Amino acid sequence: MPLLMPLMVGALLFALGVYGVLARRNAILVLMAVELMLNAVNLNLVAFDVYLRDGLLAGQVFTLFVITIAAAEIGLGLAIVLLVFRNRATVELDGLTDLRETDPPTALPVTADEQAVAT
Amino acid sequence: MTPVYVAVLAPFLAAVAGFFTGGRRPRTAVPVAVSGAAVALLAVLWPAAQAVTAGATGRYGDSAHLASVPTGTLPIGVDLRVDGLAALVAVAVGVVALAVQVYSVAYLKGDPRYSSYAAFVSLFTAAMMLVVFADDLLVLLVGWEVMGVCSYFLIGHHWEQPDAQRSAVKAFVVTRLGDVGFLFGIFTLGVAAGSFRISHAVGEAGRLSEHTVTVATLLLLCGVVGKSAQFPLHVWLPDAMAGPTPISALIHAATMVAAGIYLVARLYPVFLAAPVTLAVMAVIACVTMLGAALAALAQDDIKRVLAYSTVSQLAYMLAALAVGSATAAVFHLLTHAAFKALLFLAAGSVIHAVGTNLLRDMGGLRKAMPVTFATMTVGLAALTGLPPFSGYFSKEAVLGAAEEAALHEGPVASWAAWLVLVVGLLTIAVTAAYVTRLWLMTFFDAPRSGIAVHESSPAMRWPLVVLAVPAALLGFAGLGHGWLPHWLSLDERVPGGITPLDPAFPARPLHIGAVTSVLSIVLALGGFAAVLAVWRRAPSRDPSLRLQRLRPALEEAFWVDDLYDRLFVRPVRLAARSVRWTDDGVIGAAVAGSGTEATRVAGLLRRAQAGNVQTYLTGLLAGVVLLAVGVVTLT
Repeated sequence: MPLLMPLMVGALLFALGVYGVLARRNAILVLMAVELMLNAVNLNLVAFDVYLRDGLLAGQVFTLFVITIAAAEIGLGLAIVLLVFRNRATVELDGLTDLRETDPPTALPVTADEQAVAT
Repeated sequence: MTPVYVAVLAPFLAAVAGFFTGGRRPRTAVPVAVSGAAVALLAVLWPAAQAVTAGATGRYGDSAHLASVPTGTLPIGVDLRVDGLAALVAVAVGVVALAVQVYSVAYLKGDPRYSSYAAFVSLFTAAMMLVVFADDLLVLLVGWEVMGVCSYFLIGHHWEQPDAQRSAVKAFVVTRLGDVGFLFGIFTLGVAAGSFRISHAVGEAGRLSEHTVTVATLLLLCGVVGKSAQFPLHVWLPDAMAGPTPISALIHAATMVAAGIYLVARLYPVFLAAPVTLAVMAVIACVTMLGAALAALAQDDIKRVLAYSTVSQLAYMLAALAVGSATAAVFHLLTHAAFKALLFLAAGSVIHAVGTNLLRDMGGLRKAMPVTFATMTVGLAALTGLPPFSGYFSKEAVLGAAEEAALHEGPVASWAAWLVLVVGLLTIAVTAAYVTRLWLMTFFDAPRSGIAVHESSPAMRWPLVVLAVPAALLGFAGLGHGWLPHWLSLDERVPGGITPLDPAFPARPLHIGAVTSVLSIVLALGGFAAVLAVWRRAPSRDPSLRLQRLRPALEEAFWVDDLYDRLFVRPVRLAARSVRWTDDGVIGAAVAGSGTEATRVAGLLRRAQAGNVQTYLTGLLAGVVLLAVGVVTLT
């Protein structure tokens, strides 16, 4: 099997994942998109491992690592989403903008000293 | 030397105790303050008695070297010295300080700030004692400046009145102006003589070059002119009358203002070596003497009349120094301390009773206040220079010295001596005129104020009576050759040169000339008669109104204050305003502007912080893609 086909599939999957992460609003769908990206990477790793006939099977070992990490990540991620939902009754990412910069203070308050000098 | 330490430390400790405990225990303030002054007076009586009895053994003198402060070049020595001059002036200080402390107890009864007032008076007494006994120019300067500070605080005693605030600042600034010259004078003299010790500098006086001595003495004269309120730095003294009356008596009449004269007397051989300085002194003294006396003629405020008369009398002392008789100057200093303290305390008694400072609201107090009337009459007679009161003798001594310097050889050019003589005699007539006006307007005619006036309390009456004695009799001390001149035993110019600290040399007697005596008595009576004649025509009117067009000039003291206002005060204000504008408009604006500008620029970056994670990620991805494309295309 030529290398091109699994790579094309991987790229497609990754692009799908990127689109999902950047464009979807639902947090769970975003997490699923992240999984898509991870699996695209897994596909690449396995494909290259076979193609290069690596004696140590490093690609496949990495894939196992990534799957493990992905499992841990989805567990943590879902827990966060669950908590967010419990607190706010929504998992829309657009609504979660607590860390945005608020409006700047318009001017420094005038101290009593400055007032005395001005008069 | 123990009495000297006690004299300096007792009032100082009283001041410290007053400052720290007066606020909490106001009842102890009175005994602490009075005992400080009393102990100081008792302490200085001992060296004074020794100076008086020194007779056969020659001059009295004792000194102590307490410590030496190394400075890298000339060391500053904490030196004290007591001699006849110091002891007698210290007695005058002690007597007036004690009288003022006792008097203040009644005068400031119920004043919430009495304890700090009394503590400042004690501190002032200690500082004056330090000036009197210091034998090192820098130690003297310490006392000199502490006096200035006390004067500032005491003038500003009623600081809630804008008048008092202004006067206090004015007094402080004007005297400080003179002290700048004074400080450099000390440096010049100290460096030239090789030591800051006064007795050393006096001994070196003959060996210094004339230019050095002239420069040093002229610079020292700046401080003297400032402290002793002489033209052109006299403007602070009349305004200093915003302070309580006892303060005017103690600081602004009897003691502090005399410190300048005392300093010149102390350094007299140095001044004698500089004829130019003496001539300058003579001119300053003449301008001040006559100008201040004329200004006193038209003042409405009783204290301002006395203030101008103080300026005028201090000018007599300076004139005596200029024509070569330090003994006459110190003699007049002592008699003046007595009669002017008396006059101020008596004026305070009048003000306390009538409730106003203005002469036109007084009148007819003769019957209601017999003690005040009698003692003030004694003081005024002494001020005019009527025999046999003290002022007559001391003023005659001054005029006698001027006559001698004019007719024979003196340390100063004879034109200057003639000037002193003529102006001194003229001033006597003017003095008699303003004294008569004050006397008539205060005590005669019908009462002009509505309130029932009665004699002051004993604490205010007794100091008057006690001070009236020296005011009346102190003059006789100058008569005998073996008396005052011998007790003081000052270094003066004698035929054959200066005799610095020669114990064997007999003191020069005071010269009281027959011609000047007759002239001055005639002039004094003339001034008296002229005012009396004007007054008799309309007893309820102010005699000075007869001056008509001249009166405003005299009332405003020849517009010197206005002139200074135009020449110095307004330009300084303008400069200060421009400095403030620079501070606000340039420096402050730059600082504030950099802050607001940084905030505004940061606002552009702030837009990126939308809070949407997906936006950030999109930016991140765009960056990665850009980097990747860049890496691919560039390599």
